[in-house]
Amino acid sequence: MSGAICESYAVEAGAFGTAGEASGKIKGVLRKLGVPSALIRRVAVASYEVELNLVIHSLGGTIDLSVEPGSVVLDVADRGPGIPDLALAMQEGWSTASDEVRMLGFGAGMGLPNMKRNADEFAIQSEMGVGTRIHMRFRSPEGTGT
Amino acid sequence: MTIRELADLTGATIVTKTVDADREVKCGYACDLLSWVMARGREGMAWVTVQAHMNAVAVAVLADMSCVAAAEGVKFDEAVVQKAEEEGVALLETSKSAYEVAGLLYGAGVR
Ligand SMILES: Nc1ncnc2c1ncn2[C@@H]1O[C@H](COP(=O)(O)OP(=O)(O)OP(=O)(O)O)[C@@H](O)[C@H]1O
Ligand SMILES: [Mg+2]
Repeated sequence: MSGAICESYAVEAGAFGTAGEASGKIKGVLRKLGVPSALIRRVAVASYEVELNLVIHSLGGTIDLSVEPGSVVLDVADRGPGIPDLALAMQEGWSTASDEVRMLGFGAGMGLPNMKRNADEFAIQSEMGVGTRIHMRFRSPEGTGT
Repeated sequence: MTIRELADLTGATIVTKTVDADREVKCGYACDLLSWVMARGREGMAWVTVQAHMNAVAVAVLADMSCVAAAEGVKFDEAVVQKAEEEGVALLETSKSAYEVAGLLYGAGVR
Protein backbone atom coordinates (compact mmCIF):
# COMPACT_ATOMS: atom_id res chain seq x y z
CA MET A 1 0.00 0.00 0.00
CA SER A 2 2.84 2.41 -0.72
CA GLY A 3 1.59 5.88 -1.58
CA ALA A 4 -1.75 5.32 0.15
CA ILE A 5 -3.04 8.19 2.25
CA CYS A 6 -4.11 7.12 5.75
CA GLU A 7 -5.84 9.20 8.40
CA SER A 8 -7.53 8.25 11.66
CA TYR A 9 -10.41 10.12 13.32
CA ALA A 10 -11.54 9.54 16.90
CA VAL A 11 -15.29 9.82 17.55
CA GLU A 12 -16.56 10.32 21.08
CA ALA A 13 -19.75 8.77 22.43
CA GLY A 14 -22.55 11.26 23.03
CA ALA A 15 -20.74 14.19 21.45
CA PHE A 16 -23.67 15.65 19.50
CA GLY A 17 -22.14 19.13 19.39
CA THR A 18 -19.25 17.98 17.23
CA ALA A 19 -21.02 15.12 15.43
CA GLY A 20 -20.32 15.25 11.70
CA GLU A 21 -16.87 16.84 12.09
CA ALA A 22 -14.95 13.67 11.26
CA SER A 23 -17.05 13.25 8.11
CA GLY A 24 -16.43 16.88 7.21
CA LYS A 25 -12.68 16.35 7.56
CA ILE A 26 -12.80 13.18 5.46
CA LYS A 27 -14.69 15.05 2.76
CA GLY A 28 -12.09 17.83 2.89
CA VAL A 29 -9.20 15.38 2.48
CA LEU A 30 -10.87 13.70 -0.52
CA ARG A 31 -11.61 17.10 -2.12
CA LYS A 32 -7.97 18.13 -1.77
CA LEU A 33 -6.87 14.90 -3.39
CA GLY A 34 -9.15 15.59 -6.34
CA VAL A 35 -11.36 12.53 -5.80
CA PRO A 36 -14.38 12.69 -8.17
CA SER A 37 -17.35 14.39 -6.49
CA ALA A 38 -19.78 11.50 -7.07
CA LEU A 39 -17.41 9.23 -5.16
CA ILE A 40 -16.94 11.83 -2.41
CA ARG A 41 -20.72 11.99 -2.04
CA ARG A 42 -21.03 8.24 -1.47
CA VAL A 43 -18.18 8.27 1.06
CA ALA A 44 -19.70 11.31 2.82
CA VAL A 45 -23.10 9.63 3.25
CA ALA A 46 -21.52 6.47 4.68
CA SER A 47 -19.01 8.26 6.91
CA TYR A 48 -21.74 10.51 8.33
CA GLU A 49 -23.97 7.54 9.10
CA VAL A 50 -21.18 5.54 10.72
CA GLU A 51 -19.94 8.57 12.67
CA LEU A 52 -23.41 9.24 14.07
CA ASN A 53 -23.81 5.59 15.02
CA LEU A 54 -20.56 5.85 16.99
CA VAL A 55 -21.89 8.98 18.73
CA ILE A 56 -25.37 7.61 19.42
CA HIS A 57 -25.00 3.86 19.88
CA SER A 58 -21.39 3.10 20.79
CA LEU A 59 -18.99 3.83 23.63
CA GLY A 60 -16.74 5.67 21.19
CA GLY A 61 -14.40 4.55 18.44
CA THR A 62 -12.34 5.51 15.41
CA ILE A 63 -12.81 5.93 11.69
CA ASP A 64 -9.72 5.12 9.60
CA LEU A 65 -9.58 6.54 6.09
CA SER A 66 -7.30 5.22 3.41
CA VAL A 67 -7.14 6.44 -0.14
CA GLU A 68 -5.70 3.97 -2.59
CA PRO A 69 -5.37 4.12 -6.35
CA GLY A 70 -8.94 3.72 -7.62
CA SER A 71 -10.70 3.48 -4.27
CA VAL A 72 -11.42 4.95 -0.85
CA VAL A 73 -11.60 2.70 2.23
CA LEU A 74 -13.20 3.36 5.63
CA ASP A 75 -12.38 1.03 8.51
CA VAL A 76 -14.41 1.71 11.64
CA ALA A 77 -13.99 0.17 15.09
CA ASP A 78 -15.69 0.96 18.38
CA ARG A 79 -15.23 -0.08 22.01
CA GLY A 80 -18.68 -1.64 22.46
CA PRO A 81 -21.31 -2.43 23.51
CA GLY A 82 -21.71 -4.49 20.30
CA ILE A 83 -24.81 -5.33 18.26
CA PRO A 84 -26.73 -8.41 19.48
CA ASP A 85 -28.49 -9.23 16.18
CA LEU A 86 -26.77 -7.98 13.03
CA ALA A 87 -29.48 -9.21 10.65
CA LEU A 88 -32.03 -7.16 12.57
CA ALA A 89 -29.75 -4.11 12.75
CA MET A 90 -29.26 -4.18 8.98
CA GLN A 91 -33.02 -4.07 8.34
CA GLU A 92 -34.40 -0.76 7.08
CA GLY A 93 -36.45 0.88 9.81
CA TRP A 94 -35.05 -1.09 12.76
CA SER A 95 -33.66 1.15 15.49
CA THR A 96 -33.01 1.16 19.23
CA ALA A 97 -32.60 4.96 19.33
CA SER A 98 -34.11 6.67 22.39
CA ASP A 99 -37.07 9.05 22.14
CA GLU A 100 -34.72 11.91 22.94
CA VAL A 101 -32.46 11.10 20.00
CA ARG A 102 -35.47 10.54 17.72
CA MET A 103 -36.64 14.07 18.49
CA LEU A 104 -33.42 15.27 16.85
CA GLY A 105 -34.26 13.36 13.68
CA PHE A 106 -32.15 10.25 14.26
CA GLY A 107 -33.45 6.71 14.62
CA ALA A 108 -35.04 6.10 11.21
CA GLY A 109 -33.13 2.82 11.13
CA MET A 110 -31.66 3.80 7.76
CA GLY A 111 -28.01 4.40 8.66
CA LEU A 112 -26.59 0.91 8.13
CA PRO A 113 -28.69 0.34 4.95
CA ASN A 114 -27.46 3.72 3.63
CA MET A 115 -23.85 2.64 4.22
CA LYS A 116 -24.36 -0.69 2.48
CA ARG A 117 -26.08 0.97 -0.49
CA ASN A 118 -23.28 3.49 -1.00
CA ALA A 119 -20.29 1.17 -0.54
CA ASP A 120 -19.00 -1.35 -3.10
CA GLU A 121 -17.74 -3.57 -0.28
CA PHE A 122 -19.46 -3.66 3.09
CA ALA A 123 -18.55 -5.98 5.95
CA ILE A 124 -19.77 -5.73 9.53
CA GLN A 125 -18.69 -7.79 12.54
CA SER A 126 -19.81 -7.37 16.10
CA GLU A 127 -19.13 -9.01 19.41
CA MET A 128 -21.11 -8.19 22.53
CA GLY A 129 -18.96 -6.57 25.21
CA VAL A 130 -16.13 -6.07 22.74
CA GLY A 131 -17.30 -3.86 19.90
CA THR A 132 -18.37 -3.47 16.29
CA ARG A 133 -16.15 -3.26 13.21
CA ILE A 134 -17.24 -2.06 9.79
CA HIS A 135 -15.17 -2.17 6.61
CA MET A 136 -16.30 -0.23 3.55
CA ARG A 137 -14.64 0.21 0.17
CA PHE A 138 -15.80 2.73 -2.41
CA ARG A 139 -14.47 2.29 -5.93
CA SER A 140 -13.98 5.08 -8.37
CA PRO A 141 -16.26 4.16 -11.31
CA GLU A 142 -13.65 5.16 -13.89
CA GLY A 143 -10.92 3.40 -11.92
CA THR A 144 -9.02 6.69 -12.01
CA GLY A 145 -9.02 9.94 -10.15
CA THR A 146 -7.93 8.77 -6.71
CA MET B 1 -34.46 30.21 -8.37
CA THR B 2 -32.02 31.85 -5.96
CA ILE B 3 -32.10 31.58 -2.16
CA ARG B 4 -33.28 35.22 -2.02
CA GLU B 5 -36.13 34.50 -4.45
CA LEU B 6 -37.05 31.44 -2.38
CA ALA B 7 -37.22 33.63 0.73
CA ASP B 8 -39.43 36.19 -1.04
CA LEU B 9 -41.72 33.48 -2.40
CA THR B 10 -42.24 31.76 0.94
CA GLY B 11 -42.13 34.82 3.22
CA ALA B 12 -39.05 33.39 4.95
CA THR B 13 -36.29 35.36 6.68
CA ILE B 14 -32.69 34.64 5.75
CA VAL B 15 -30.87 34.46 9.10
CA THR B 16 -27.33 33.85 7.85
CA LYS B 17 -25.67 37.21 7.10
CA THR B 18 -22.53 36.22 5.24
CA VAL B 19 -23.80 33.42 2.99
CA ASP B 20 -24.39 34.32 -0.67
CA ALA B 21 -28.18 34.63 -1.06
CA ASP B 22 -27.86 34.68 -4.85
CA ARG B 23 -26.75 31.05 -4.90
CA GLU B 24 -28.95 28.87 -7.08
CA VAL B 25 -31.50 26.45 -5.59
CA LYS B 26 -31.59 23.44 -7.88
CA CYS B 27 -33.99 21.07 -6.16
CA GLY B 28 -35.97 20.65 -2.94
CA TYR B 29 -36.77 18.12 -0.25
CA ALA B 30 -38.88 18.06 2.92
CA CYS B 31 -38.25 15.57 5.74
CA ASP B 32 -37.28 15.54 9.42
CA LEU B 33 -35.46 12.19 9.56
CA LEU B 34 -31.77 12.82 8.99
CA SER B 35 -30.91 9.46 7.44
CA TRP B 36 -33.58 9.96 4.78
CA VAL B 37 -32.26 13.44 4.09
CA MET B 38 -28.71 12.08 3.94
CA ALA B 39 -29.81 9.51 1.37
CA ARG B 40 -31.68 12.07 -0.78
CA GLY B 41 -29.51 15.15 -0.27
CA ARG B 42 -28.16 16.77 -3.44
CA GLU B 43 -25.91 19.62 -4.39
CA GLY B 44 -27.87 22.90 -4.49
CA MET B 45 -30.87 21.50 -2.61
CA ALA B 46 -33.29 23.53 -0.48
CA TRP B 47 -34.28 21.39 2.52
CA VAL B 48 -37.41 22.19 4.54
CA THR B 49 -37.53 20.76 8.07
CA VAL B 50 -38.29 21.41 11.74
CA GLN B 51 -34.79 20.21 12.71
CA ALA B 52 -32.83 23.39 13.42
CA HIS B 53 -29.86 22.01 15.38
CA MET B 54 -26.15 21.55 14.61
CA ASN B 55 -26.62 18.12 13.06
CA ALA B 56 -29.08 19.49 10.51
CA VAL B 57 -26.40 21.92 9.35
CA ALA B 58 -23.86 19.06 9.24
CA VAL B 59 -26.17 17.08 6.93
CA ALA B 60 -26.72 20.10 4.68
CA VAL B 61 -22.97 20.77 4.46
CA LEU B 62 -22.08 17.15 3.66
CA ALA B 63 -24.66 17.12 0.87
CA ASP B 64 -23.52 20.54 -0.50
CA MET B 65 -27.02 21.94 -0.10
CA SER B 66 -27.85 25.59 -0.83
CA CYS B 67 -30.06 26.21 2.18
CA VAL B 68 -32.04 24.83 5.10
CA ALA B 69 -35.47 26.35 5.78
CA ALA B 70 -36.81 25.88 9.30
CA ALA B 71 -40.60 25.61 9.12
CA GLU B 72 -43.38 26.16 11.68
CA GLY B 73 -41.67 29.14 13.33
CA VAL B 74 -38.73 27.03 14.53
CA LYS B 75 -35.64 29.16 15.21
CA PHE B 76 -31.95 28.42 14.72
CA ASP B 77 -29.66 29.06 17.71
CA GLU B 78 -26.93 31.67 17.38
CA ALA B 79 -24.22 28.95 17.44
CA VAL B 80 -25.98 27.07 14.64
CA VAL B 81 -26.20 30.23 12.50
CA GLN B 82 -22.50 30.85 13.09
CA LYS B 83 -21.61 27.30 12.04
CA ALA B 84 -23.71 27.62 8.87
CA GLU B 85 -21.99 30.92 8.02
CA GLU B 86 -18.59 29.27 8.42
CA GLU B 87 -19.68 26.42 6.17
CA GLY B 88 -21.49 28.57 3.60
CA VAL B 89 -24.99 27.12 3.91
CA ALA B 90 -27.86 29.62 4.09
CA LEU B 91 -30.44 29.27 6.86
CA LEU B 92 -34.02 30.54 6.57
CA GLU B 93 -36.87 30.75 9.06
CA THR B 94 -40.55 30.79 8.24
CA SER B 95 -43.81 30.50 10.16
CA LYS B 96 -45.31 28.43 7.32
CA SER B 97 -45.51 24.64 7.56
CA ALA B 98 -43.10 22.37 5.63
CA TYR B 99 -46.11 21.37 3.50
CA GLU B 100 -46.84 24.98 2.52
CA VAL B 101 -43.19 25.82 1.77
CA ALA B 102 -42.70 22.68 -0.30
CA GLY B 103 -45.95 23.38 -2.17
CA LEU B 104 -44.86 26.91 -3.04
CA LEU B 105 -41.44 25.72 -4.24
CA TYR B 106 -42.92 22.91 -6.26
CA GLY B 107 -45.42 25.29 -7.83
CA ALA B 108 -42.59 27.60 -8.82
CA GLY B 109 -40.83 24.78 -10.66
CA VAL B 110 -38.31 23.61 -8.03
CA ARG B 111 -38.39 19.80 -8.17
N1 LIG C 1 -21.70 1.11 16.51
C1 LIG C 1 -22.82 0.57 17.04
N2 LIG C 1 -22.80 0.04 18.29
C2 LIG C 1 -23.91 -0.53 18.82
N3 LIG C 1 -25.10 -0.60 18.18
C3 LIG C 1 -25.18 -0.10 16.93
C4 LIG C 1 -24.05 0.51 16.29
N4 LIG C 1 -24.42 0.90 15.06
C5 LIG C 1 -25.71 0.56 14.93
N5 LIG C 1 -26.19 -0.05 16.05
C6 LIG C 1 -27.54 -0.62 16.25
O1 LIG C 1 -28.13 -0.86 14.98
C7 LIG C 1 -29.36 -0.14 14.88
C8 LIG C 1 -29.58 0.30 13.43
O2 LIG C 1 -28.59 1.26 13.06
P1 LIG C 1 -28.92 2.29 11.88
O3 LIG C 1 -27.78 3.23 11.74
O4 LIG C 1 -29.34 1.53 10.67
O5 LIG C 1 -30.20 3.06 12.44
P2 LIG C 1 -30.30 4.16 13.59
O6 LIG C 1 -28.95 4.67 13.93
O7 LIG C 1 -31.08 3.57 14.71
O8 LIG C 1 -31.16 5.29 12.87
P3 LIG C 1 -30.65 6.30 11.72
O9 LIG C 1 -29.27 5.86 11.35
O10 LIG C 1 -31.62 6.16 10.60
O11 LIG C 1 -30.67 7.65 12.36
C9 LIG C 1 -29.26 0.98 15.87
O12 LIG C 1 -30.51 1.46 16.30
C10 LIG C 1 -28.47 0.31 17.01
O13 LIG C 1 -29.32 -0.51 17.79
MG1 LIG D 1 -27.64 5.30 12.42
